[in-house]
Amino acid sequence: MFRKIAISAVSAVLLMPVAAWAEGAEPHVDDIAFSFEGPFGSFDEHQLQRGLQVYTEVCSACHGLKFVPIRSIGDAGGPQIPEDQVRAYAKTFTIADADTGEDRDGVPTDFFPKSSMETAPDLSLMAKARAAFHGPYGSGINQLLYGIGGPEHIYSILNGYKEPPACAPEDTEGYYNVAFEKGGVPDACKDEEGHSTVVGSWIAMPPPLDDGTIEYQDGTEASLHQMSEDVSAFLMWTAEPKMMARKETGFKAVLILLVLSSLLYLTNKRLWSGVKGRKKLA
Amino acid sequence: MAGIPHDHYEPTTGGAKWLYRRLPIVGLLYDTLMLPTPKNLNWMWIWGIVLTFCLVMQIITGIVLAMHYTPHIDRAFRSVEYIMRDVNGGYMLRYLHANGASLFFVAVYLHIFRGLYYGSYKAPREVTWIIGMLIYLAMMATAFMGYVLPWGQMSFWGATVITGLFGAIPGIGPTIQEWLLGGPAVDNATLNRFFSLHYLLPFVIAGLVGVHIWAFHTTGNNNPTGVEVRRGSKEEAEKDTLPFWPYFVIKDLFALAVILLVFFAVVGFMPNYLGHPDNYLEANPLSTPAHIVPEWYFLPFYAILRAFTADVWAVQLVQVLSFGIIDAKFFGVLAMFGSIAVMAMVPWLDTSSVRSGKYRPMFKWWFALLCIDFVVLTWVGAMPTTGIYPYISLIAATYWFGYFLIILPLLGVLEKPAPQPATIEEDFNSHYANPAE
Repeated sequence: MFRKIAISAVSAVLLMPVAAWAEGAEPHVDDIAFSFEGPFGSFDEHQLQRGLQVYTEVCSACHGLKFVPIRSIGDAGGPQIPEDQVRAYAKTFTIADADTGEDRDGVPTDFFPKSSMETAPDLSLMAKARAAFHGPYGSGINQLLYGIGGPEHIYSILNGYKEPPACAPEDTEGYYNVAFEKGGVPDACKDEEGHSTVVGSWIAMPPPLDDGTIEYQDGTEASLHQMSEDVSAFLMWTAEPKMMARKETGFKAVLILLVLSSLLYLTNKRLWSGVKGRKKLA
Repeated sequence: MAGIPHDHYEPTTGGAKWLYRRLPIVGLLYDTLMLPTPKNLNWMWIWGIVLTFCLVMQIITGIVLAMHYTPHIDRAFRSVEYIMRDVNGGYMLRYLHANGASLFFVAVYLHIFRGLYYGSYKAPREVTWIIGMLIYLAMMATAFMGYVLPWGQMSFWGATVITGLFGAIPGIGPTIQEWLLGGPAVDNATLNRFFSLHYLLPFVIAGLVGVHIWAFHTTGNNNPTGVEVRRGSKEEAEKDTLPFWPYFVIKDLFALAVILLVFFAVVGFMPNYLGHPDNYLEANPLSTPAHIVPEWYFLPFYAILRAFTADVWAVQLVQVLSFGIIDAKFFGVLAMFGSIAVMAMVPWLDTSSVRSGKYRPMFKWWFALLCIDFVVLTWVGAMPTTGIYPYISLIAATYWFGYFLIILPLLGVLEKPAPQPATIEEDFNSHYANPAE
């Protein structure tokens, strides 16, 4: 009897693929080759500066970065804005002083403000709070190959606004987005079991970017693709400002351990050779 | 002590003799380090040192993290971000500590399954096994409470779900749950006591580890053949063993260095791979995540918890027989704790007279299936409870209990074991051309 259970367990695992994919379509995600990916990747400071500009001119109207100190945009491994410009940038914010309670100009030691719109999520950690890749079959192996995909998720949302599918009624609230998973789907776009029949869902945020929404200070052409990539990279930095330092530490640790394990391997081999002698063939 | 005969420490200088008469601590250290160890131990015997390293690393990084962390619901999440951004090397401390928990559990599972295969739990090592299971339980409690401290979405909802398990106990459950939480729901009181206990339990674990080591130093190590070291005389014992220092210390350190190489690559290059993205969202009692998933190392037991739903006939039967006291929820909780309890009872469930799985032709296959079963449970524990997943959970959970409660007791009677080597020396010399002889 238990052999039967064992056999059915094994066959259940083998039959899995077919069953797992029967549920709803995955949201659409673009895999972007960001400069900071992989053990040797690093942030491109010019891209982070452009991303900061996109955030400042567009996103910040609703979204905050409440965990990010303004001073950190001058830090090494980040956008590296010069000190005088950091001061000038901080001044553009009006901060309610914690001690006096009165409004004053921002200084570099202040934090970015929190979201001005109640329903707009704070973006400080968004690039780590979302995963674009999960599969295959929920095993997470794709994350090993492509990374967790937080910035890809942000990029895909910004580029995911499409004409709503034919099943959706005219008066559906929100905007149809093929990369957005967590939003609502009108009943007309669901099957009998309540599963969505369309890719993505409806998001409350109107399309924030379009070709030429802003004019880049460094003269880069402000296409939708360029701006979304830049702001996604910038939000990866706000989520993980010490990424460069971390990779450097990791690299050093791996090198030291490589040397140490080689030395210990040789020590161990020599130590045991007196006891073991040659290994017998089979 | 009825241990393996070996040379003991003899103080030689005047100072050493003076101390030895008052406190034989040098002798204790000597006997511990020079313990005669079976010379045929393979690479599955390195996890003990990895586990010791993990405990020390977690305590050291944890103590420094606690210097910068604030256990208050309004500040916990922000204080973790402060550690990540502004504390010197804080990002490294936190990632080492978070991934260190994963390494700890990888090592403990390999350590446990090594014991299950080579019969390390069998007489006379039952006490070592039971202490080990207590360490494992304390590790789970510590890890669970530690995961609550960053006060992210999964912290909060994980704590809500897991403490809810105690609420499923009939009658006194809700009272116990409220006592654990310090209130009607997960709140500041919960966070404070979890922080306090998360700091305390590792030292309890350290104490248990001392007893665990004491116990197996008394019985001597098991080894891949399961054949005991000869103890008739010191000469005989020396043919089967080598002193722990330097032979096994160097071997274990080499293995540890290789494992740390992989560990530091994970910490340096993909530190969030094993975590859940939702825990980078601050806890919000008003918004429940779509899928509440525990950390990966709890998934096998989480899968067993969810496997026994009200649709299963056995669950319905138990509910009727117990006059409704054991409903599906409580059944799941009993199954989860039971799955660990049956593992703890394995010294008395395994009826075979042969210790090592190497010489048990039928056992080998059932054990391989148990390993696959464990992987399947880990994977299915992270899947939603719809479609085919509940059936897979149920089959996998049933096999877990079947292995310990039915297969192991029966195998001892049904199986014809293969011949074992007479001594460890014979096994060792069959692999190596010993130049000493």
